[in-house]
Amino acid sequence: MPDHPDRFAPGDPVRTRITDPPGHTRLPRYARGARGVIVSTAGHHPLADERARGLPSAPRAVHHVRFAARDLFGEGDHAVVVELWEDYLEPDEERSSR
Amino acid sequence: MSTTHDDAPLAAQVRHLEAVLEERGWLAPGEIDERLDAFAAGGSPAHGAAIVARAWIDPDFRARLLADASAAIGELGFSMGGALQEQELIVVANDADEHHVVVCTLCSCYPIALLGPSPSWYKSEAYRSRVVRDPRGVLGELGLELPASTRITVWDASAESRYLVLPRRPEGTDDLTEAELAGLVTRKGLIGTAAV
Repeated sequence: MPDHPDRFAPGDPVRTRITDPPGHTRLPRYARGARGVIVSTAGHHPLADERARGLPSAPRAVHHVRFAARDLFGEGDHAVVVELWEDYLEPDEERSSR
Repeated sequence: MSTTHDDAPLAAQVRHLEAVLEERGWLAPGEIDERLDAFAAGGSPAHGAAIVARAWIDPDFRARLLADASAAIGELGFSMGGALQEQELIVVANDADEHHVVVCTLCSCYPIALLGPSPSWYKSEAYRSRVVRDPRGVLGELGLELPASTRITVWDASAESRYLVLPRRPEGTDDLTEAELAGLVTRKGLIGTAAV
């Protein structure tokens, strides 16, 4: 089980990290630095980035994050749901304080 | 991640690595092939079709499937085990307002146990890069024209879950048996690139 409480819950507005890490990651390039909303939690898993380097990794929350196509690509009327470790996410202060 | 099929140098490296591991006794000869065969064996789109047909005729099963798919498919004798780690199955249901389509933009994640080996187009760079950006266009090219009023949601299998689309039950199928209904369901329908 995770050793700290989940940082996010369904409904939370989030922003994805903008960093391009040097190694394996599961934050797709098109979803970097984008604004989305947590729709559900997809269990708790060790971070793929750490496992790929053979490092120990505690399970932590993985979330389904919904993005409007417009916020990813600047156009489109569809939505994209990406499954992201909480490490890739930051609270979207601007929208949560509204 | 290979994006073309010029795999010869990679295959040579893999064979070399396999030989070294066998030499050191860490791997039995042929063990990798046996593991791969065991993983792919028994996976078939017929499994996904059976799940869909049951969901069409049994609303309670459908509700259980949408709430906890990994558990619900056990009722039909299926499981998401068999991979190196157990994967979570998520079933997303199409309706008149929303159509779902599945992709793995990072590689080619796919519920092999329920769909068999994935089709080559699913692994192609063209599908993986384009369907997140322009799903309506890609679906149109694949022969699925959706009404403009139907919203499209693309699911990127970027982590530990695998996805299956529950297509809408076609009209005029009230008299069909469960087996006949399963016969209507295609692999593309289960990925979301066809209506059924």
